[in-house]
Amino acid sequence: MVAISPDSAPTVQGWDRGAQARRVTLLLVVALGGMSVFSLTVGAAGTSPWAVLADMIAGREVSLADRVVLFEIRLPRLVLGALVGAALAVSGAVMQGLFRNPLADPGLVGVSAGAGLGAIAAIVLGGLLPAGLAAALGYYAVPVAAFLGGWAATLVLYGIATRRGRTSVATMLLGGIALGALAGALSGILVYMADDAQLRDLTFWGLGSLAGATWAKLAAAVPLMVLALVAAPMLARGLNGLALGEAAAFHIGIPVQRLKAVAILTVAGATGAAVAVSGGIGFVGIVVPHLLRLATGPDHRYLLVNSALLGAALLILADVISRIVIAPAELPIGIVTAVLGGPFFLWILLRKRGVLDL
Amino acid sequence: MLEARGITVRLGRRAVLCGVDFEALAGHLTAIVGPNGSGKTTLLRALTGDLSHGGRVRLNGQDIADLRPWALAGLRGVLPQATPLAFPFTAAEVVRLGLTGGVEAGAAGLVPQALARVGLAGFEGRYYQELSGGEQQRVQLARVLAQVWEPVAHGAPRWLFLDEPVSSLDIGHQLQVMEIARDFADRGGGVVAVMHDLNLTAMFADRVALISEGRVLGLGLPGAVLRDDLLSAAYRCPIRVNTPPARGTYLLPHAAGRVAAE
Ligand SMILES: Nc1ncnc2c1ncn2[C@@H]1O[C@H](COP(=O)(O)OP(=O)(O)OP(=O)(O)O)[C@@H](O)[C@H]1O
Ligand SMILES: [Mg+2]
Repeated sequence: MVAISPDSAPTVQGWDRGAQARRVTLLLVVALGGMSVFSLTVGAAGTSPWAVLADMIAGREVSLADRVVLFEIRLPRLVLGALVGAALAVSGAVMQGLFRNPLADPGLVGVSAGAGLGAIAAIVLGGLLPAGLAAALGYYAVPVAAFLGGWAATLVLYGIATRRGRTSVATMLLGGIALGALAGALSGILVYMADDAQLRDLTFWGLGSLAGATWAKLAAAVPLMVLALVAAPMLARGLNGLALGEAAAFHIGIPVQRLKAVAILTVAGATGAAVAVSGGIGFVGIVVPHLLRLATGPDHRYLLVNSALLGAALLILADVISRIVIAPAELPIGIVTAVLGGPFFLWILLRKRGVLDL
Repeated sequence: MLEARGITVRLGRRAVLCGVDFEALAGHLTAIVGPNGSGKTTLLRALTGDLSHGGRVRLNGQDIADLRPWALAGLRGVLPQATPLAFPFTAAEVVRLGLTGGVEAGAAGLVPQALARVGLAGFEGRYYQELSGGEQQRVQLARVLAQVWEPVAHGAPRWLFLDEPVSSLDIGHQLQVMEIARDFADRGGGVVAVMHDLNLTAMFADRVALISEGRVLGLGLPGAVLRDDLLSAAYRCPIRVNTPPARGTYLLPHAAGRVAAE
C-alpha cells in the first residue's frame, strides 16, 4: 500500500484545470487594472488622470475642477462599477451552484423582483411619505426601498421553502416564480398610477446606470457587496460538493443546510445592494460564470474568484462604452450589457454546441 | 462497530421501517438483501445519517446524531444507489470531491490511484457526463474510496456504505468491485452493502441481513439467512439454495416446471 501524505502527493498533469484557472485569474487581474485606468481617462470633461498625477507628484496645484472630476465623479463611479459587476457575477455563480443549474440567477431568490417593486414604490409613492422622512431620505429613498424590498422578498421565500430546518431548493425556485409574478403585478399597478415624470424615472431606473455614484452612496452599499465577495470563496468547496446532490454533499462532509442559508442570504444582500444603487443591470450574473465555466471548468474554487474579476472588468468596460457612444449624453448601462452580452453569449453557445451539454 | 437500535422511519404517510435492529462489525462485509421496496435503501440512509428517524445509530461507539458532517465524512463513505451530477466535471474532479472531508483531504495523488483501483486508469480527463452508466458508477465508487482510502484511521475502523454497488456493472466488474469491498473489510474496515445478487452475496458476505416489508427477517451468517424458506417468503417466489459438491454455495431462481436445457 502506498503511504499518502498530502505534502508529497504527486501533482497530476492533464486533468487538473486548476493551473489554467489560475492563469486566467492572473490575466483577469491585469485586465481589471487596465480597464480601471482606461475608465479614469474617459469622460465628458477633458481631465487627464496622468496630468493630474504628474501635477500631484511635482507638488503643483491641481485645479478644483480636475480634482472633482477625478476623485468625486470618475473614481467613485469606477469603484461602484467594479463592485456591482463583481457582486452580480459572483451572486450568479453562487446561485447556479446552489440550484445546480447553469441558468439560475440571483433573481431566482426573489431579490430582483422585490428590489424592483421597492424602487418603483419609492418613485411613485415617494410623494406620500411624511415630509420629514422624505427629506431625511433624500435621494436615498429609491435605493433604500429597493434594498428593503429585495431582502423582504428573499426572507419570505426562504421562510416558505424551509420546513423543519430543511430548505427545499425546488420550492424556492417555484415560489420565486410566483413571488416574481406577484411583485410584477404590483409594480404594474404602480406604473399605471404613475405620472409622466415618474414613468421616465422608472424607465431609467429599470435600464440601470452607474451615473450619480458618490462616496456617500457607495458607503451604504459597499459593505454588503464586499461581504458577499469575501464570503463567496468560502462556499466554494460546499458548492462543488453540491454538484453531487444534497445527499452526497452531506456524505463528503458538507453542512448542507448552513451552506444554503449562507449562500441565499449573502446573495440576497449583495444583489439587493447592487440593484439598489445601480438599477436593473441584467445578464452579468449568467454570462460571466458561464463563460468561465466553458474556459476553465466548473470548480467553484476558481469560478467564484474569476467571476468577481471578470464581472468587475466587464461592467467597467460597459460603463466606459455607455459614456462614449452617444457622448456627451449617456446610454443606460443595462442596454450596453444586453447589446454586448446577448450576441456574444449566443456565439459562444453556437460554437460550443454539442460539446458541453449542461 | 456499527449498532442500530429501534430504527423507525416514516416517509410521507408510510411507515417504511418499523423498529429495525441492525449491527455490523469492522472487518466484515455485511450485506443487506431483500425485495424491491422492502426498505434497504431507507435503512442504509438511516445508518449514514441522511434521514431523520426514530431510534439510535452508533458508529464506533459514537451516536451519529452527535457528529458533525465533516467528522462523519472522516469516518464513513457512502455510495448512493444513483448519483446525479450537475455541471461538466471531469472524472478526476468528481473523485477529488471525495477528498473534501476525509482524513486524506488534499492528497491529490490519490485521485489517479482511486480511479485505477476501479479499473478506470487513464479516465482522469474524461467528462463524467460522457461516460457510460457503469463507468459513472465506478467513478462514484472511486470518489467514495478516495474519501476513506485507509480502512483504519487513528486506530479506528472506517466504514463503506454501498447501495447496490454492482447493479449496473458487467460480471467482470461486479467481481472487481466486490473484491474491493472485500479487501476493505479484510484490512480492518467495515462494509455494509445493499445487494440484489444473492450469489455474489453468498460468495463475499460475512453476514447477511434479510429485509422484507420494513422488518429484518434474519441477520447472521450467510448459511443461516440464505435459506430456502426465508428467501422464498421474503421474495414471494420459490427459491432453492444449492450447495455444489465443490465447496461453496450458489443459488438459482426456481421457476416451477422449467429446467434449463442440458
Ligand atoms: N420519499 C418517499 N416518500 C414516500 N415513500 C417512500 C419514499 N422513499 C421511499 N419510499 C417507500 O419506502 C419503501 C422502501 O423504499 P426503499 O428505497 O428503502 O426500498 P429498497 O429496498 O431500497 O428498494 P430497491 O430494491 O428497489 O432499491 C418503498 O415502498 C418506497 O415506495
Ligand atoms: Mg434501494
